[in-house]
Amino acid sequence: MGPTGPMIADVVSAALMLAGGLSCLLGALGLVRLPDLPARLQATTKPQTLGLLLILLGVAVNLEFENSSTLVLVVLFQVLTAPVISQVVGRSAYRSGAIDRGSLVVDDLGEAMDADSRAARASRTGQPPSPRAGGEPSGPESSRSVDGVDGAPER
Amino acid sequence: MTVVYTLVLVMLTAAAALTLWRLLQGPTTLDRIAALDVFVVLIVAAAAVYAAIYSDGSNIPLLAAVALIALVGSATAARLVERWERHR
Repeated sequence: MGPTGPMIADVVSAALMLAGGLSCLLGALGLVRLPDLPARLQATTKPQTLGLLLILLGVAVNLEFENSSTLVLVVLFQVLTAPVISQVVGRSAYRSGAIDRGSLVVDDLGEAMDADSRAARASRTGQPPSPRAGGEPSGPESSRSVDGVDGAPER
Repeated sequence: MTVVYTLVLVMLTAAAALTLWRLLQGPTTLDRIAALDVFVVLIVAAAAVYAAIYSDGSNIPLLAAVALIALVGSATAARLVERWERHR
């Protein structure tokens, strides 16, 4: 390979790392500037993952193969875990009442929780339960969600 | 390349400072958990840049471990907060 080979690798690596750093910075800026928790979760997930991916790509261009393959593993873990963390934090925020339900355009979780709580109340008062209730709670998960609704603030 | 490394590290440091501000400011515990998660990602990115500067890949397996541990910590803390708020 002529002298241009390493130079091209340097340019590619520099461009990738600069783009990644910028993406990380923008994500952090969104974390500070955005108004509420669901919006901030967007800023914590996507720009951060993209930024880390670009920086690690830029670094991998400069390193030997075995180290680069480990970096692929880091990217894989990040891409797999970031949505999980975001989802868990978001659900936790919703259930603990940190999210203003009036500000949501689509609220599938709220509708499902409302239906669950109606069914639970109907079965407790001896009314014929709706098909969702199905007599006994089917497992720890369903009974827990019913408890969560009962703990929600009443209007 | 030194200029590029410096620029990237400066950007990552600025991002970490903003994240720390959110970590201190709150207002809810879940905001702090999200901020800490971002902080871990920034640490991983900065450590990778270090590996590039010194052409030293010895700390890269640690980065994979840190990326996984971040999931355990954040998910556990978020579930704990959910339980707190319900018993309030």
